[in-house]
Amino acid sequence: MWRNRGMGVASVTSISAVLMILGMILIIILSINNFVADTTTKFDEIQVFLLDDATDDQLDNIEEEVAKNKGVVSILYESKDQALETFKEEWGEDAYLLDGLEKDNPLPNSYVIKLEGIEFAENVVNSIKGLDGVEEVKYDKDVINKLVTFADYIRLGGIVLIAILVFVSVFIISNTIKLTVTSRRREINIMKYVGATNNYIRGPFIIEGVLLGLVGAVVSILIVYFGYEYFFGLVNEGLYSLFSVLLVTPKVIFTDIAIIFSAIGMGIGALGSIVSLKRFLNV
Amino acid sequence: MIKFLDVSKEYKNGVKALSNIDLNIEKGEFVFIVGSSGAGKSTLIKLLLKEENVTEGKIYVNELDITRLPNRRVPYIRRNVGVVFQDFRLLPNKTVYENVAFAMEIIGAHPKEIRRRIPMVLSMVDLSRKASSFPDQLSGGEQQRVSIARSIVNNPPILIADEPTGNLDPDTAREVMNTLTDINGRGTTVLMATHAKDIVNEMRKRVIALEDGRITRDEQKGGYGLEIPNN
Repeated sequence: MWRNRGMGVASVTSISAVLMILGMILIIILSINNFVADTTTKFDEIQVFLLDDATDDQLDNIEEEVAKNKGVVSILYESKDQALETFKEEWGEDAYLLDGLEKDNPLPNSYVIKLEGIEFAENVVNSIKGLDGVEEVKYDKDVINKLVTFADYIRLGGIVLIAILVFVSVFIISNTIKLTVTSRRREINIMKYVGATNNYIRGPFIIEGVLLGLVGAVVSILIVYFGYEYFFGLVNEGLYSLFSVLLVTPKVIFTDIAIIFSAIGMGIGALGSIVSLKRFLNV
Repeated sequence: MIKFLDVSKEYKNGVKALSNIDLNIEKGEFVFIVGSSGAGKSTLIKLLLKEENVTEGKIYVNELDITRLPNRRVPYIRRNVGVVFQDFRLLPNKTVYENVAFAMEIIGAHPKEIRRRIPMVLSMVDLSRKASSFPDQLSGGEQQRVSIARSIVNNPPILIADEPTGNLDPDTAREVMNTLTDINGRGTTVLMATHAKDIVNEMRKRVIALEDGRITRDEQKGGYGLEIPNN
């Protein structure tokens, strides 16, 4: 292994490159996941608009039905007056525009239902949609669905990309070390004549591959981590600090990346060796 | 010990290297396989080592039908057959000691056993003093003897030599033959493919002649046999 330094460098570089691309993809995926998880928590509310002439019985009924569902954290009644107040607060300076509405408040009474998570929304909505006293049920169904689907696609796409990358890199590695492998042809031939089993012959090569993979992993972990930290720092300062909320923090991902990279790096290294041996030496 | 039953070998490119070979070699024999290039000597050896498979027929080595052996068992039967090649085939970055020890290592021999046996085997081929030398520091004859030592270190019942004296001068060649005779004397069946007329004629062992893939002669105490009788 040490004889063929050029080959070693080429292998390590290939693995590092693959892992760095992988790392960037991972960061993007993790960030998106983070973002989606974050924002969906903001959408964990359902507002049920009530008819003005809803009776107390009907209101009780609605509350009961809602409570029957899983994942309901709280059901709060917001009267139209309260709603108007909330509006005024939100509008701040422009609240004066709302003056005069107290007399003939167009806002409906409503129940604000807090949920544990978005996934429970559908059931709750379905359980009260047709009930007497309910004017309309409002929840950001479309936005949520789009976000969740988007995240799923990203995740799927990421996995597919990673699979392709791994496949390609195993192939590249097996070719890169072709020279090392074939240069040992004589040695391997002799081993075969003397009666060594294929596994015995493969052993040292696999170890070599794993080590190369590990070195490649370490290199890329360092580059990705420090690179990302730098990038994250840049983004955090100045105008782009809003954007940084979307990105996952470097510290958080370090252990995950370290483990994943090492595992994949070693895997690629080992597989590359095995494939190379099979292709070029029929071992 | 070695039995060929109606063995034929045809390579993929159509060359029929061996045709209907019937052969029986008993334990302890010393047999020369002679014939011109292309006669089939190498193929015969390759079949014995399972480097190639027969197209037809069966081969028995030590009562075992090796023609039906699955690939993963091949290393194990090769451990029963010591091989010596014309080009020595030593590992260049291992010492004499290590080269011979290697054969024991790959079968998982105990280090103590290795330490005990190597010196014994090296003295058999008269190379004890060169145990720490590397192949490129040895003469051709010495390298061949290392090769022989490696081939017998695991005490295989059979030793196959493919042109072992091909790269050696006559004197060294004789030394190598002496070693092989010694080994044969201890009970190892020896099969030697060769061009070396003089050696064959001198030693008068069993000679099997191959011509165009067929056995044309098989005689005890035989000569090389290319002399054309005067009429």
